Amino acid sequence: MADVFRALDDETRRLILDELAASDGQTLFEICTLLTTRYRLSSTRQAISQHLAVLESAGLVVTERRGRSKFHYFNGEPLAEITRRWPSVVGKEDP
Amino acid sequence: MKIRLTSLFVDDQRAALAFYTDVLGFTKRRDVPIGEDSWLTVVSSDDPEGPELLLEPCGHPAVKPFRDALAEDGIPLAQFAVDDVEAEHERLTKLGVVFTQKPTDGGDYTTAVFDDTCGNLIQLIAERPAS
Repeated sequence: MADVFRALDDETRRLILDELAASDGQTLFEICTLLTTRYRLSSTRQAISQHLAVLESAGLVVTERRGRSKFHYFNGEPLAEITRRWPSVVGKEDP
Repeated sequence: MKIRLTSLFVDDQRAALAFYTDVLGFTKRRDVPIGEDSWLTVVSSDDPEGPELLLEPCGHPAVKPFRDALAEDGIPLAQFAVDDVEAEHERLTKLGVVFTQKPTDGGDYTTAVFDDTCGNLIQLIAERPAS
């Protein structure tokens, strides 16, 4: 679970998850395009690729090869672990 | 200086000619045999005197690793302008063309990315005139 918190402790990585949660199944190129046009981020493609690797190793992003391209998907399962661990705390947010 | 010709590597020149003319709607401009291959170019049907696109054989050993790496990351190798990306996405999808990126609003333009079946990803763009 420490990996998950470490992966989330970065604004760019949170924005990547936002974009994947909104529109799942994106290539590195598409993610970079969205971050540049929507958030005016100037990160290099290599930097975004490294962010994706951190998210993937934490289990928050899974990849699938389709045709010749690699697509990235949001995986919320590690976050569900948080609500399982502290159900009473999280539950109070949503009366 | 003007851009007069640019090139894309294609897996098979005849298959590429069919795709670029029959599916995308370009017009064949030159088809000159050179050995086993051809100097094969297409132009936009709307702009037959405009820049030519050379559909170049991909025999050089550097081509495959180069294109494989770009395709994996979804990076297009050329950009074609259209009036309406959504309409082209719908038309081409019906013809069996696979998009790696569906039409995406970038503010004053819309883009999408498809696989040209010849080894390349191609970006479509429609720019909206400033209002």
